[in-house]
Amino acid sequence: MNPIRKQRVYALVAILLGVSVAIFLVLNGLKQNLNLFYTPTQVIKENLLEVNKLARVGGMVKDNSFTEHTNSLMKSFEITDFNESIVVVYKGILPDLFSEGSGVVVQGMLTEEGSFEASEVLAKHDENYMPPEVAKTLKYK
Amino acid sequence: MGSSPSIFRFISTIFPWLFFFSILFLMGSLFWGLFLAPTDYKQGDAYRIIFIHVPSAILGQSGYIFMAVFGFICLVWRVKVAGMIVRSIAPVGASFTLLALVSGSIWGKPTWGTWWVWDARLTSTLILFFLYIAIISLFSVIESKQKADRAGSILALVGVAIIPIIKKSVDWWQTLHQSSTFSLSSSPSMTADMYLPLLSCVLAFYLIFLVIVLSRMKLEIVQRERSTNWVKDFYS
Repeated sequence: MNPIRKQRVYALVAILLGVSVAIFLVLNGLKQNLNLFYTPTQVIKENLLEVNKLARVGGMVKDNSFTEHTNSLMKSFEITDFNESIVVVYKGILPDLFSEGSGVVVQGMLTEEGSFEASEVLAKHDENYMPPEVAKTLKYK
Repeated sequence: MGSSPSIFRFISTIFPWLFFFSILFLMGSLFWGLFLAPTDYKQGDAYRIIFIHVPSAILGQSGYIFMAVFGFICLVWRVKVAGMIVRSIAPVGASFTLLALVSGSIWGKPTWGTWWVWDARLTSTLILFFLYIAIISLFSVIESKQKADRAGSILALVGVAIIPIIKKSVDWWQTLHQSSTFSLSSSPSMTADMYLPLLSCVLAFYLIFLVIVLSRMKLEIVQRERSTNWVKDFYS
């Protein structure tokens, strides 16, 4: 390679390295802010959430925790990350994929009693896809 | 190799064949995915958007990597053709990225319950789209073709840092977007009768990408060399 080209390669590599370091530092500084939601452990053990401040919490809907008011849209369920769990109260319509044992992300506020009052519930889909027959044999519901 | 006329003739010769083969392959793959593949146990037919969404997202990112590689060649060796390739890829890659964003959004509404959420995967993909737009703007704003090629190449090269961020965003941070269904290193979280049509769709999208980029290359060459004798000869 002739000297001019070599110089260009060095310059480009230097630029790329500089940009990568800058991006790494920014992302590292923003670590927690880049997460879409807090886990129940972070809410209960680490007390990362302030009361009455808008935030998102995510995890699995605990089995047999879902209850529904018969004559209103009030619902409650527990979200767990298999260490801690938090009770969520929600008034509204749930997305189609919402079910016990699958993931959700809820947006709302932590109340003083320690439960979470959600204003929005989003279903989190996992990366597994399979035909119904296969799911049946694997005892998925 | 390397001269505009020979590249132009080469593209002109293979183009019709490649074009018809790619269209057929795409139609076959989409039919396989959208009609023949089984439904999902949980999402029903809504999951079929994966056969459009995943290939276009892959192409949006691959297109950017190709741009960065040819941008590097353009900057170091000052190869004209490399600049033309970067210029030809930019709008095509941008379109595929937009298609990924829109199809994902349409899928997100019924499955997640929202059109859009500012999680790391969605946001980084939107940044990729903006990078494409910035590169296209550079190309159209700078009048000297050579200077524009270099400016666009620099941005393409610098912006390539977004690709690993998009790729790893679902592992590094908690996101609403699910992690990858298939990767090169582990077995796919899908049965074969679903991922084979998906794989076929990805290949088909690569072919269509190639077809569009090649036809744009042809146009680019003719535009730049319209006053030369070989172009006049070719079209007379």
